Amino acid sequence: MFAYYLQLGFRSLRRNPVLTALMVMAIGFGVAASMITYSVFRAVSGNPIPNKSVQLYTPQIDGWGPQQNVKGEPAAALSYTDAMALMRAHQASRQTLLYGVNMSMLPGGSHSLPVAVNGYAVYGDFFPMFEVPFLYGSGWSAADDNGRAAAVVLSEEFNQKLFDGANSVGREITLDGHDYRIVGVARHWDPKPRFFALFNRSGFQDPTDLYLPFTRALDMQVSPTSNSCRGHLNFLGWDDWLRSNCVWATSWVELDSTAEVARYRKFLEDYAKDQQRAGRFAWTPNVRLRDVMQWLDYQKVVPPESRISLIVSLGFFAICLINTIGLLLAKFLRRAGEIGVRRALGASRGEIYAQYLIEAATVGLAGGVLGLLLTAVGISGVSLLFRPEIAHLAQLDFSLVGLTLLVAVFATMAAAFYPAWRAAQVQPAWQLKSN
Amino acid sequence: MLKMTHLAKVYRTEVVETYALRDFNIDVKEGEFVAVTGPSGSGKTTFLTIAGLLETFSGGEYHLDGIEVSNLNDNARSKIRNEKIGFIFQAFNLIPDLNVFDNIEVPLRYRGMKAAERKQRIMDSLERVGLASRAKHYPAELSGGQQQRVAIARALAGSPRLLLADEPTGNLDTQMARSVLELLEDIHREGATIVMVTHDPELAARAQRNVHIIDGQVVDLSEDPRFHAVHAEHTGTNA
Repeated sequence: MFAYYLQLGFRSLRRNPVLTALMVMAIGFGVAASMITYSVFRAVSGNPIPNKSVQLYTPQIDGWGPQQNVKGEPAAALSYTDAMALMRAHQASRQTLLYGVNMSMLPGGSHSLPVAVNGYAVYGDFFPMFEVPFLYGSGWSAADDNGRAAAVVLSEEFNQKLFDGANSVGREITLDGHDYRIVGVARHWDPKPRFFALFNRSGFQDPTDLYLPFTRALDMQVSPTSNSCRGHLNFLGWDDWLRSNCVWATSWVELDSTAEVARYRKFLEDYAKDQQRAGRFAWTPNVRLRDVMQWLDYQKVVPPESRISLIVSLGFFAICLINTIGLLLAKFLRRAGEIGVRRALGASRGEIYAQYLIEAATVGLAGGVLGLLLTAVGISGVSLLFRPEIAHLAQLDFSLVGLTLLVAVFATMAAAFYPAWRAAQVQPAWQLKSN
Repeated sequence: MLKMTHLAKVYRTEVVETYALRDFNIDVKEGEFVAVTGPSGSGKTTFLTIAGLLETFSGGEYHLDGIEVSNLNDNARSKIRNEKIGFIFQAFNLIPDLNVFDNIEVPLRYRGMKAAERKQRIMDSLERVGLASRAKHYPAELSGGQQQRVAIARALAGSPRLLLADEPTGNLDTQMARSVLELLEDIHREGATIVMVTHDPELAARAQRNVHIIDGQVVDLSEDPRFHAVHAEHTGTNA
């Protein structure tokens, strides 16, 4: 019977073409508005590392105090003093510090001009912690960290640019005038949002070119791309800046159980108390330990305009569906006579209900197809609503195509529950008497 | 085949109860051709809709083909309608968006019949009413008489035990009415049980038996003074 109902549904699209067109447009516009904004919301609000997001934590320590911090919250990064103290204490199974770097590179050849590259200074644990996949080679070892090795890991895209995608492990590149040996090439890896590096960043910046050892970057006095300071800003050189209260290093630790999390939190509090006792902090200990999703939430990675526009468009879709209920009711009850005949010929109420629900699904499918076209058009214009780095995340991929059609069909069927129920309640005797 | 005993149908509002049928008794045997007559508002159509399980009743008993139907749920009633009853309406009640073939197919679809058998039955019933060449036509492309023949073909396609006809010639001119009636007589001769509601005395006269309804009850015409009054009015004599 499903095929028969489907056939009747498609046939009925041609009946009352004005009513049908109104419903298809209502569903099409409603679903398109929702899918366009959802495509942005989905891109910015997803879990970037679902299988490990509850094991990866970023500690924060308030080194500024209540007079200088923001709303009582510790800064989103650590000072050199605190960051190195955490690393030395080594209270987690894996740990890394990281900061963003911009460097210049000589691609090679006597007439070549330096090009700007971006990357992160990290510890060797970074790669296994964040499950960075490798195309060639691997990351570096703890011994390389300690030895301040001149090692570098390239991204697949950067390796493609420099070496046409060939295995470049063992070759050297020159960064800021110093040679670095390539130890690995990471397979395409660009989590959205880039949860591990949100300090003064949106999480949706350009892809990364390379990773180099944190310890080596400090030795080479490679400045962070971003830092935040309080008080006097006159520094007597690199070491003076390192000893300042400027924050710029993000710390990540891997904690495999709730017991480990509790132990690490206690360690952070004890560390802050020690600093208070030592006279470095003149305030009560103020520390945080957040996992990935808590960190994304705290950093408000989902742009407020994304959430608001999604809510507005869902509201618009709801209004479209309410209109569709009225239109379906009009369309179905106009055919009370036909319903009476079908009932007389042996259709049960359930069969009438199923027929009209499936008919609504065909309207929803037509609305979904229109919605897809409008979504494709709308996504190209999404930059009118969002910042460019956010807008480019909106893409009409296979999953969105499927979701658009499914949402259109099921939402229309939900809207048809009442009209189809009313159709099924038509009293055949009255309809046949009145004819 | 169709037996109603002390059957009642009451329409209730907050302030009034209206009896459409009251202490209604009828027994139609298998293979009979019964005409049900009576003035407008007497309850003829209500009887027919209850007989066709399109409406429930308020009291009494109704046995259809040996089945007591008063406690059946909607699915069971629909199944009986589909398998045992064929309807012929005054207004034909063909579905305008479906062609002749698809209209006749409707009850067979609800029976879950296979496509090949459906096609065979549809073509057989169209042959039976002389419209095999019009299978792809839409109702609007047919005359009233042809539409009623399609409706009869639809009623026959499922091989029902009982045909219920409500003023089957009411919307037809004399010639078309005669041909439809002849068709019904042929069907009856082949063994079908037919109950036909009609206002038309000529039509009623061609049935095997007449049942007269007045004020929701079956009456014996020879003993009812209301009939004699009406009869005298029509014939110009004193009863």
